[in-house]
Amino acid sequence: MTLDTSPAAVEKFSSAYANADQAKSSEWLSATRQKAWSIFSELGIPVKRRGNELWKYTNLAPVADSNFEYDVSGSGSVSIDQVRSASPWDDTWNIAVVVDGIFNAGLSNLTEDVGISVESLSDALSSGRGDVESQFASLAGREKYAFTALNTALSADGAYVAVAPGVKLANPVQVIFVTSDSERSRASYPRLLVDVSSDSCITLVETYLNLSLSRQLSVPVTEIFAASNATIRHYLIQMENENSFHLATTRVAQMEDSQFTSTSFAVGSSIARNDIHTSLDAPGASCTLHGLYMTSGQQQQDQEISTTHVKPGCTSDQFYKGILSGNSRAAFSGKVVVKRDAQKSDATQKDLNLLLSRGARIDAKPSLEIYADDVVAAHGATAGHVDSDTLFYLQSRGIDEQSAKAILIRGFAEEMIDEFEPESLNAFVERVAMERIPVLLTESDTIGTT
Amino acid sequence: MLEIGNLHASVLDVENSEILKGVDLKVNMGEVHAIMGPNGSGKSTLANVLMGRPDYEVTDGDILVDGKSIIELRPDQRAHLGLFLAFQYPAEIPGVRPWQFLKAAHDAKAEARGEEKMSVRNFTKLFDEKVDAVGINPDLVKRSLNEGFSGGEKKRNEMLQLEVLQPSMAILDETDSGLDVDALRIVAEGVNSMRSPERSFIVVTHYQRLLNYITPDIVHILVDGKIVQTGGPELALVVEKDGYAEYLPAFGATGRS
Repeated sequence: MTLDTSPAAVEKFSSAYANADQAKSSEWLSATRQKAWSIFSELGIPVKRRGNELWKYTNLAPVADSNFEYDVSGSGSVSIDQVRSASPWDDTWNIAVVVDGIFNAGLSNLTEDVGISVESLSDALSSGRGDVESQFASLAGREKYAFTALNTALSADGAYVAVAPGVKLANPVQVIFVTSDSERSRASYPRLLVDVSSDSCITLVETYLNLSLSRQLSVPVTEIFAASNATIRHYLIQMENENSFHLATTRVAQMEDSQFTSTSFAVGSSIARNDIHTSLDAPGASCTLHGLYMTSGQQQQDQEISTTHVKPGCTSDQFYKGILSGNSRAAFSGKVVVKRDAQKSDATQKDLNLLLSRGARIDAKPSLEIYADDVVAAHGATAGHVDSDTLFYLQSRGIDEQSAKAILIRGFAEEMIDEFEPESLNAFVERVAMERIPVLLTESDTIGTT
Repeated sequence: MLEIGNLHASVLDVENSEILKGVDLKVNMGEVHAIMGPNGSGKSTLANVLMGRPDYEVTDGDILVDGKSIIELRPDQRAHLGLFLAFQYPAEIPGVRPWQFLKAAHDAKAEARGEEKMSVRNFTKLFDEKVDAVGINPDLVKRSLNEGFSGGEKKRNEMLQLEVLQPSMAILDETDSGLDVDALRIVAEGVNSMRSPERSFIVVTHYQRLLNYITPDIVHILVDGKIVQTGGPELALVVEKDGYAEYLPAFGATGRS
């Protein structure tokens, strides 16, 4: 028996790194990418699961075993109609469209809103806009993590959103990351950098779409900076195709009294991971991380949710709901770390799951690491089937079994869907969720048999 | 008309679990029947078996509605025929609002009967009228169905559903349990206002109390899965005064306690 400890699949990405266009990069950026590449080379695709707490429930062998072309030409053919019909598009919103990782001004709907800039990340990096030099990869480089490293090494562009101090934006900003239609398997590295200055307020919708049916790899990284007293209402929609891999990382740094509220809706991908970490770096910051995931078939959907209370008087709230059918798998790994200085912290964690089939499986692992002594914390996770008494109650009123199940599933999802507040966004999420329910139901078998 | 003949029922997939041991009952249109009995006599089972609860299995006998057997029908199909069960413990359904739920139920019934579905506007009007009539706090019906409702609120909500769905055969399963006198009166007023030649009621109750407000046409005493006595409203008063002891064989020899 040979013990293989070499990092997996690194060579599959090395030509991409060699080909990555470094010419436009400034010295600091080249150095950042180089450092990131050396980290990825060391780690590879994390296929080792035993003893690897982060990847215990997720088999990434299909990712390591696949080959993906590196295409940063941004030349994939995407029409405005395709983007509009597949996304929560609203003409009044400020919308940036990023195709295969490359900012596409032609497809974007950039408004004249004052106090905000939405532009190509590559442009922002090369012109040294704002604090990009100190911000880029500063959060996503804090830990040695294969996918942030891979993105930092290979991302060629993305979107940059910056809000000036004291600007209360009424109009939502949406960044749509589109994978173009192609029969080839390609990898893209979408990148988003969001800088919200003090006393500002923004609604940000981050949407991932896939127009192809073939297997694609998407490795997005989002870094968000919330300055003091900034308020960010963040929405995340993941609708990759069911053959694709989506390994996303979001890193948020929050200053004094800032609020970051995020709700995610994840229905796509063959293997998907939503890895989000918020760091409450100054007193009075609060973060709310909520989400809904719906899985069917052979899908694997992970929520890797963590918050660090660095300073005192901060609040964090993690609450996810999952609806699983077929032979799908989901994992919820919620982590809250309360540092020694972070007295008067308030932290809650919750993960509730509705399992519609015997083949579906949820691994829920809420955890609290508390080093301060004056802390209020609560956590919990449940997994259950649709209750047969409840089903009978609905049926006794004349509602047939399938419709009753659909009502109960919708009811379970309702509170998360309600969190999508902008009207066109709410209608979109509601519609996609309602379209998913019949799919989940065709693969269900345990309802009413508790 | 509802006819129950020699009805035997057991808990599904449990051996020697027979609860109903040969129930005979006939309810004509417009009649109100009360079924009384001690704990464990099978009252609630009878109510649930009539509605088709899947936890029970009918092993013998039949249930006829207007001459046709409903044994093979699903609960929703029985509802379309006009049956209704007001639950002793109504389920709490998070995320489902009473309006939404009742509209779905109302539509399903209309569809099954080949009738036209009521428009949202007309249904809302009907719903609001009934909310008012039943005396439910209008804020409550904006919340999730039964979630966080008190016992009394849940029962009022059952009455709201009864009023909206207008069944022809309503079965009330111990609707009086857990109710204070005011709530009891409201439930009774609901039933009384809905009494009509086109609608029958089966009121299942342990105590006579509810029957002070709803005067039944016929009272049955159910003991150990069988109806042991049938009489007029005065029978309920006898039970109130003397209890069920005389019907219970174990107590028969030693007299009443």
